[in-house]
Amino acid sequence: MKAISIIGGNTFKEAVRDRVFLGLLLFAVFVSGITLLAGQMSFGIDSGVLINSSLLAMTLIGVGVAVFFGAQLVLKEIERRTIYTLLAHPVARSEFVLGKYVGLLLTLGLNCFFMALLLWAALSLQIRGFHPGEWVVLTAIYFLFLELSLLTAWTLLFSSFATPVMAVVFSLAIFAVGSFTEDLRALARAGHAGLPRTLALATCYLLPDFSVFNISSRAAHFITVPARMIWLNSAYALLYSGFLLLMTIVVLEHREF
Amino acid sequence: MNVVEAEGLKKHYHRRKGLHRNRQLALHGLDLQVGEGEIFGLLGHNGAGKTTTIKCLLGLMRPSAGRVRLLGAEMPASRVLKSVGYLPESPYFYQYLTCRELVTFYAALAGVPASQRSERVNSSLLRTGMLAAADMPLRKCSKGMLQRVGLAQAIVHGPQLLILDEPMSGLDPLGRREVRELILELRREGATILFSTHILSDAEQLCDRVAILRQGSLAAAGRMDEILQVSQSQFELTWRQEGSSPPLLSGARQLAASQFQVQVAASQLWQALHVLQGAELISVQPLRRSLEEVFVASTASPTSASQLQEAPQ
Repeated sequence: MKAISIIGGNTFKEAVRDRVFLGLLLFAVFVSGITLLAGQMSFGIDSGVLINSSLLAMTLIGVGVAVFFGAQLVLKEIERRTIYTLLAHPVARSEFVLGKYVGLLLTLGLNCFFMALLLWAALSLQIRGFHPGEWVVLTAIYFLFLELSLLTAWTLLFSSFATPVMAVVFSLAIFAVGSFTEDLRALARAGHAGLPRTLALATCYLLPDFSVFNISSRAAHFITVPARMIWLNSAYALLYSGFLLLMTIVVLEHREF
Repeated sequence: MNVVEAEGLKKHYHRRKGLHRNRQLALHGLDLQVGEGEIFGLLGHNGAGKTTTIKCLLGLMRPSAGRVRLLGAEMPASRVLKSVGYLPESPYFYQYLTCRELVTFYAALAGVPASQRSERVNSSLLRTGMLAAADMPLRKCSKGMLQRVGLAQAIVHGPQLLILDEPMSGLDPLGRREVRELILELRREGATILFSTHILSDAEQLCDRVAILRQGSLAAAGRMDEILQVSQSQFELTWRQEGSSPPLLSGARQLAASQFQVQVAASQLWQALHVLQGAELISVQPLRRSLEEVFVASTASPTSASQLQEAPQ
């Protein structure tokens, strides 16, 4: 547990000292500023547009951080041989994987927190006060964090065996496919009954369903979500990510350095 | 007690060549023992298997066969690594950290309590000559500085066993001397040190015992004095003679104005001493082989690398 927190802290330090991360944060400030300015200058733009565009910007930046940093997490350690000194200490490979994952989650958490603050400031200026429905915006940000955690687990798995470029490509493909899983399922169900349909459906259920985390339209209209949905989504992200991390550990246990 | 024990250590690598997968033998049933408090040198050409041996010892690689015990525990055993310090060959560290941050990171991983960490980090940086540059980012460090920081992280937790892969590489002569002194100092403090090197003079000056690897096999191993066995067949005589007459023994070389030296066979020693009766005899010494001679003789291999490759699988 201690090794996980030490490696996690170091991974977090690596990310926040990276110019790309700082650039993404600056971009987040820029996007929030533009949205806020547009809201102030135009009567036609309401808080819903502000929430929608901010959540979209948060998703894009979050995916950028998860994929860009996640893809390099394991392979960079192997290529630069920093893993030698790390694993020559009392650190299990599972602790190494979990430490890396925790470090990147901290980075994503900081990113989400920072952007949530900007959104809250923009919303406060827009509606000049506090709307009780704003809690759903927080829930939407929490769901986004769960979505990014799941994507990071996929990226970490790819990073354990593929080159960084391939890991980026695979991760973006998983994100794209996972965002339309519901449509893919509907398409599979529409087919003729038989083995191909069963296989297509099984594949759809194996793929992550990122759409369950997307509640931006509810948030934009301040429509609260049931507590059950929060629990189910949390459990889904936790179990799925746990399974992917287990796979990553298995891959690394069989690797030699 | 043996601190390091390797028995029948074998390692195969699988290399792809087109559609074929060739199995290449990197270690051939290597047996190695390092006793407590010893300085042990692992010598050999590039590709002889030094780094592979070290990686197998530390559990970074799984041996294809054989067993490894470190500090009495069967490897791989994560808890034993708490008492082991390791410096990899040409170390590369996290560029975004400073030297102090890096050593602190490894001290924490090795389990140094937070209350002692700062003191231990400063002490190890001081011992490796890096305290003045402690807050320098690693990306600005020279190769020699990285080597020193690598040593600092290896000793920060006061390990019982130090495994150093080419610890002198990248260091200037002064740096090498300092590292040699540090290794001797650590041994005096009770540590056991195993290191690989190409620099035979360092091994000759430091090691109690050495093992010479050739293509993954042990070509020679033993105590330094056994390896450099004192020859009983050759002796070196040094004497001083008065006047400017030619040397009393033929084949002698002049060391100073009236001082000469010659090497003679054991069978001719008494005869030579008889000739030198009128001269001032300074020394009679049996000849020692240099480690370089032993190394060259041990690593001159009749087998080529291609012969080590087995049939494609």
